[in-house]
Amino acid sequence: MNTPISVLLFGITRDLTGQSAVSVPVGEGARVSDLLAQLYQDYPDLSGIRSLLVAVNGEYAETDQLLTSKDEIALIPPVSGG
Amino acid sequence: MISLVTNPIDVASALSYLQTDQAGALDLFLGVVRDNTQERPVDRLEYEAYDRMAIMEMQKIADEAHRRWPILRYTIIHRKGTLLTGEIAVLIGVATAHRADAFEACRYIIDTIKQTVPIWKKEVFTDGEVWVNAHP
Repeated sequence: MNTPISVLLFGITRDLTGQSAVSVPVGEGARVSDLLAQLYQDYPDLSGIRSLLVAVNGEYAETDQLLTSKDEIALIPPVSGG
Repeated sequence: MISLVTNPIDVASALSYLQTDQAGALDLFLGVVRDNTQERPVDRLEYEAYDRMAIMEMQKIADEAHRRWPILRYTIIHRKGTLLTGEIAVLIGVATAHRADAFEACRYIIDTIKQTVPIWKKEVFTDGEVWVNAHP
């Protein structure tokens, strides 16, 4: 049984998907790497981006971090502030 | 003091916030929108932020700068939304007793902001637009 996880999108990822948040169906015990794999499958255009990081609850996450549907999850394309 | 703002950045009030009797050096860095990038004329910039995380990341940078240099006061103000040529996108201000520390801390803060803070800039040209740093 897959639990959909909501992912916030910014910058180029929002433009490529046309959405500011997407719901991604990942399994129980999914990790950041599983989420990224699913996102690349659902939105192949994302593979043209230089790098994609994932933030969990406002902190950059390692690829092996576990995710739950309670977390605030965001996709972080290369930053360009300043 | 750290903030993410939509209105124009008030340099005078940032400067007056930094001033303290113990400070012999005040460094202000202003990041300003220029009218071109790689010889292509820029019409405007659009800044977007993941607000909550951007504030948290800027606070981490300020805390680390505090750990490395004897900072008396600091301010980091980043703007978001649509900015035109000549407008200030970011202001970093550092007050220290001596100038070397102020220069170094100020530079560390702006350089690190550009690496880790989730703020994105889109350059809008007369004939197209591009998210900065997004593509290889």
